[in-house]
Amino acid sequence: MAQFDVIYIGGGPAGYVGALRSAQLGQSVAVVEREGLGGTCVLWGCIPAKALLEAASIVQKVAKGKEFGVTAEKVTLDYGVAMKRSRAVSAQNSKGVEFLFKKNKITWLKGTGVLSAGKSVKVTGVDGKVETHTATKGVVIATGSRVKGLPQIGLGLDKTLILSSDEALIIDKAPATMAVVGAGAVGCEFADVFNAFGSKVTILEVMPRILPIEDEDCSAELEKAFKKRGIEVITGAKLGTVKKGKNNVTIPVEANGEKKEMTFDVVLVAAGRAPNIENIGLKEAGVATTERGFIKINDMFETSAKGIYAIGDVAGPPMLAHKGSREGHVLADILGGVHHHPVNYGNIPSATYCHPEVASIGLTEAQCKEKGLKYKIGKFPFSANGRARTSGETEGFVKIIRDEKFGEILGAHIVGAHATELIHEIAVARENEYTVEEIDLAIHAHPTLSEAIAEAVLDSMGKMLHA
Amino acid sequence: MSTKVYMEALSPTMEEGRLVKWLKAEGDTVKSGDVLAEVETDKAVMELVARGEGIMRKHLIPEGATAPVTSLVGIIAAADEDISALIGGAAVPAAAAPVAAVAPVAPVAPVAAAPVAAVAPVAVAPTPPTPATPAAPAADGGRVRTSPLARRIADEQGVNLSGVQGSGPGGRIVKRDIEAAVTSGSANLVAAHAPSATPAPTPRRVAGGPEFRDEPLTQIRKTIARRLAESIGPIPTFYLTAEFDLSRASEMRTAAAELGDAFKVSFNDIILKATATALQQHPEVNAHWLGDKIRYFDTVHLGMAVATDDGLIVPVIFNAEQKRMSEISAEAKALAKRARERKLKPEEFTGSTFSVSNLGMMQIDQFTAIINPPEVGILAIGAIEDKVVVGADGGFEVKKKLRVTMSCDHRVIDGAVGAKFLQTLRRLIENPLLMVF
Repeated sequence: MAQFDVIYIGGGPAGYVGALRSAQLGQSVAVVEREGLGGTCVLWGCIPAKALLEAASIVQKVAKGKEFGVTAEKVTLDYGVAMKRSRAVSAQNSKGVEFLFKKNKITWLKGTGVLSAGKSVKVTGVDGKVETHTATKGVVIATGSRVKGLPQIGLGLDKTLILSSDEALIIDKAPATMAVVGAGAVGCEFADVFNAFGSKVTILEVMPRILPIEDEDCSAELEKAFKKRGIEVITGAKLGTVKKGKNNVTIPVEANGEKKEMTFDVVLVAAGRAPNIENIGLKEAGVATTERGFIKINDMFETSAKGIYAIGDVAGPPMLAHKGSREGHVLADILGGVHHHPVNYGNIPSATYCHPEVASIGLTEAQCKEKGLKYKIGKFPFSANGRARTSGETEGFVKIIRDEKFGEILGAHIVGAHATELIHEIAVARENEYTVEEIDLAIHAHPTLSEAIAEAVLDSMGKMLHA
Repeated sequence: MSTKVYMEALSPTMEEGRLVKWLKAEGDTVKSGDVLAEVETDKAVMELVARGEGIMRKHLIPEGATAPVTSLVGIIAAADEDISALIGGAAVPAAAAPVAAVAPVAPVAPVAAAPVAAVAPVAVAPTPPTPATPAAPAADGGRVRTSPLARRIADEQGVNLSGVQGSGPGGRIVKRDIEAAVTSGSANLVAAHAPSATPAPTPRRVAGGPEFRDEPLTQIRKTIARRLAESIGPIPTFYLTAEFDLSRASEMRTAAAELGDAFKVSFNDIILKATATALQQHPEVNAHWLGDKIRYFDTVHLGMAVATDDGLIVPVIFNAEQKRMSEISAEAKALAKRARERKLKPEEFTGSTFSVSNLGMMQIDQFTAIINPPEVGILAIGAIEDKVVVGADGGFEVKKKLRVTMSCDHRVIDGAVGAKFLQTLRRLIENPLLMVF
């Protein structure tokens, strides 16, 4: 039994960042985490997936080497090796968080936490010991989310034939054929990885396009690139009840007025994430949830129970690591009694790390239309960008949507190499309410991919120079 | 933790303030939000509010002294805290002054004013606090901190940025602040740049005794001087004078008064109502000259010059064209009273689209008033007199007559345009029944 200022339940990107900030503000902090520190992001998501995507990128580069005068013969692909490296990177990052905890004197309570009376948490340690700890300022639920699979059509996760991304990260061989169900960021990234490692990949998406929440132009551009690399993309797909064989899975697929049965060695379910709200004593503590199962919070992240807060995936979409981290930071400021800036939910970048990468911020063109906004589009293809030509990565474009009258940057959508890095110029601009004119005035180094942003901005003003 | 007390911009146009009275003496305990002092701005006497708590350790300017906006005027600190370093650094105000707080009395206590303590890095040694804390908000050196987008929208909508409270980082004005100001109607339109003073300078009588008396300029006097000099210089003004017959207006007024006190109105009220109605029919004179464009208003915000002991101020009857005579009468009376008591809030004397100045009660037959830019016209109302005139049958009659002179900015109003407006005004005032149609 110990007393802290703040107790975080969950050591993922929301909880651990909140904990670091709380500690920085001089508070005593504990984090309840049963697995490694860093959560899904570090252990089962962002980090290991990106390590694999980097491997995929090398595969693609090597394939193009000849054109650059670099011929690699007898190239062999071993997913197992890539997977092991990915695990090592993940472990390294987790250790990094652990180091930061020590440095900031944060107590890691290894185990599972359940809300207890008042602002206290009953922790069952990994060693079986049960202890109750109390918090003076607040208990923060940051338990995250998990892939739930689609058991309603027979796609319940079984860890051998029907996998979530968690298992896909630790299989040691790329299957010969794979279906990826759901073409959001996770689906597209894994389709990319397994395609690079030689699997025959089919993407099955129920919505009419892949990356359905991105701008339609981005979806189309990525679909084109995927198809060029031999990834089969079936959108608007209705899936029937699957039949599981001994070594394969058969899925009835209805799309484009055509019905067929498709058989795969492995199915990766990348659709449907559920918040982790079970077994943490929400009901007993009087913490209400929304219809979709997220914890209900107010502007200050407080739940319906006084002194109990929620951040990250469990507190509602978008379920993104960087959204959770920012919420953790802001909540820590609130609990620490210092001035805080509210989270700007309208300015959260979205990033998909497949090849080409897709990144965006703000409104899509369809959303602008829906809101009846008057806007202008500026678009610049990487095929006209010098730097992209030097690396031979000429797929994609930068698309800027600006307000017609004031030049406010309503949205930006980038498909192309390093798109996920490029997007932050727009994030900073939007945060500071810079308009297209300020972007244009800022001198962009030559030759860089960033020049494509400057050109797209110019195009939105009808002044494009290089295309 | 010490809090520096700055001369804050308590009105949109305030550049300096005179500390009338310290309400917290040195040694008094101060809570955040307490009124520290009364400050005379260019418009009114306002309250300077504490942005932190502790002991009022030091007054840095005496009562009666004038200090520019953002200059350091006092220190609040713990009883035993060494404040010598703070006083030394007084010259360069890092301006914790939270912007031009529009609401004058209410201690806006804005986000920007979050105790500096919160921002201060924990690790810094407790040596002289570097005044570099860049929490500096809007009013450093008079420059308004705003995002490019907010500035662009404000330009277009004609919002005066110095009257907007910023809610962005460090008190920066961002898009939502402009939108909020516009939708709440609290925005000082650019008109507000030139709010207070209209003309009609009735020089104060010099008291007996010595042949002269030196009196320091009050803030309002300074503003009047500056504004009027600006006005008479660049504005090509011409004047139109007309004499109206007030017989029917007089009959109406008498008849209305017989119905009860609720219907008692002054001639001035009738003139204001008629002017508002006429302006609505003549948007070409209900306008602002903005340098590169003319802004015509659909609604009438009617300024009415009020004489106070300290000088002239022009409170505004907003949306006057939509108000009934009784409403205009009540509002005019209340505004005049509050003006004399110097209790007007800045938003009550900024934003007029056209003004009326009346010296009739001072037995002035007729006069010319000076335009209050960026407005483009002003009416000068003279005294009402009984005059002998030639009647319809060739005989003599006695009529109540009123002389009205309109000053027109020729850049916007041409002679015939002004004359047409006066024709409409004549029709309304001579046939007040028209105002109910």
